Amino acid sequence: MSDVNTAMVQKYRNDFLKEVEENVEEGHWVKMCMQCGVCSGSCPFGPDWDHPPQEIFMMIRAGKRDEVLTTESMWMCTSCYNCIVRCPRELPITHIMHGLANYAHRLGIAPKMNPTRRFAKIFWNNIAKTGRVNELALSLKLYFMDGFMSGVKNALAMASVGIGMLKTKRLNPFALISHKGVKNPKELHVLLKKAREIEDRRKGIAS
Amino acid sequence: MAKKEYSFYPGCSSERKASASNYMVSVDAMCEKLDIKLNEIPDWNCCGASIGYAEGGELPRHVMNARNIALSEQNNPDQDIVATCAACWLGAKETADRLDASEQLLADTKEVLKEAGLDIHLKNETPIRHMVEVLIEDIGYEGLKEPMVKSLEGIKFAGYVGCQTNRPFGIDGESFENPMYLDKMVETVGGEAITDYDKKVTCCGGALAFSEPEKSQKQIKDIIEAAYDQGADMIVTPCPVCQMNVEVYQDQINKHYGTKFHIPVTYYSQLLTVAYCGNAKEAGLDGNIIRAKQLEEIAAK
Ligand code: SF4
Ligand code: SF4
Ligand code: SF4
Ligand code: SF4
Repeated sequence: MSDVNTAMVQKYRNDFLKEVEENVEEGHWVKMCMQCGVCSGSCPFGPDWDHPPQEIFMMIRAGKRDEVLTTESMWMCTSCYNCIVRCPRELPITHIMHGLANYAHRLGIAPKMNPTRRFAKIFWNNIAKTGRVNELALSLKLYFMDGFMSGVKNALAMASVGIGMLKTKRLNPFALISHKGVKNPKELHVLLKKAREIEDRRKGIAS
Repeated sequence: MAKKEYSFYPGCSSERKASASNYMVSVDAMCEKLDIKLNEIPDWNCCGASIGYAEGGELPRHVMNARNIALSEQNNPDQDIVATCAACWLGAKETADRLDASEQLLADTKEVLKEAGLDIHLKNETPIRHMVEVLIEDIGYEGLKEPMVKSLEGIKFAGYVGCQTNRPFGIDGESFENPMYLDKMVETVGGEAITDYDKKVTCCGGALAFSEPEKSQKQIKDIIEAAYDQGADMIVTPCPVCQMNVEVYQDQINKHYGTKFHIPVTYYSQLLTVAYCGNAKEAGLDGNIIRAKQLEEIAAK
């Protein structure tokens, strides 16, 4: 278990709801849920959620900290916003799911091998580097994330897609060397670093 | 008609040789015919997309978007920001709303932007709009008809609106469950719209098409199957992520499910460009992996 996580457990003792309210994006909404279940029927990957949103809100109030923060469920959120437009209490469910996933990830207790967690990390690092997506670098990283051999396999499976994109000039084969982002990436790095520092300070996460 | 000007946020996927480069080509051609001028936000950065939350967290994400808003307000003052990608539009709009709602978040964001001297330019007053809003609200269906030279008669379209152009903000006056504007656009240029298309607003899996391919491809299969079942010749969409997801995985889906999908997935801007007498190249039709032959034929006439 990570130090940040231990510190948070000590800080909030058994009050997981309070921890969520203070540290999770839009977490202060959780107590407004009236358990109607509408959101749970809205997720496109619904059958793959061990705990659908409604259940997660219930578990937060019941103090089931470990179960909530270590589940893969929130990582199944496709950001489809079905839930938000349907919730009778107007909870920003999508953002709370994102917030919970991010919080678990920051505490170092999110499921290590979850593909969306790993993809999201690669994606963010890709854009943070130059300020814009480099689709070629992103796909290569993605296909080779489990090592060389499985990467070759993944890349082969995706080859027809890639060739189609190349032929129609929708993928730049030279992007690794020629991709340009914002004019001054260093300045962007400064901004992002500072943003992270302020956010960590506000949430009491020392990094 | 007087020239309308907007501050344009193209987003990464619209860049040259990126996945939606052909979307951009057709948007350019369409705007020229409609006398719309797009002034690109100088030095814009990525919005963080809907997947940015996990590693990026809150403030860094909002800073990315606020930087774009500040650059727009500095360089293109008094022009609405317009995005062509649903995720970009959503990301920027979400940030604008949050900064509006929280003084602390606004103060934190400005403190960060100060490092780049941009804090003084951030007013956060500019409306952030999707290109389809510009078309139906500022130009109007009548206005969209004006430059029309050719009719798309004889082509049947399944209008796939998807999620993020539709929720949570949506287009004014349209319902979340059955928005009609895409169908109306199709009909405006003479095409046949399947107005009760069953999967009009079903999610394709979005960014998770990369990380959870099986689950997403199941969604995509349903989306395409319904289009075939309801007699569509092609699918049309307002979103570059939807377009890519629904078009490029058809081979893999065929392999996995034994289907025989081969249906073109086009952009509204390609339809309008062809109707306005643009050629196949101007409409970006050479960028469709599954060629939209019927559109190409009309374009060649
Ligand atoms: S729809 Fe809203 S109120 Fe109903 S269970 Fe979900 S979050 Fe709670
Ligand atoms: S946005 Fe996420 S939580 Fe909401 S319905 Fe879609 S997948 Fe479920
Ligand atoms: S949403 Fe996609 S296209 Fe838009 S800026 Fe972000 S990564 Fe780029
Ligand atoms: S349908 Fe898919 S790609 Fe389009 S907005 Fe929704 S999740 Fe994104």
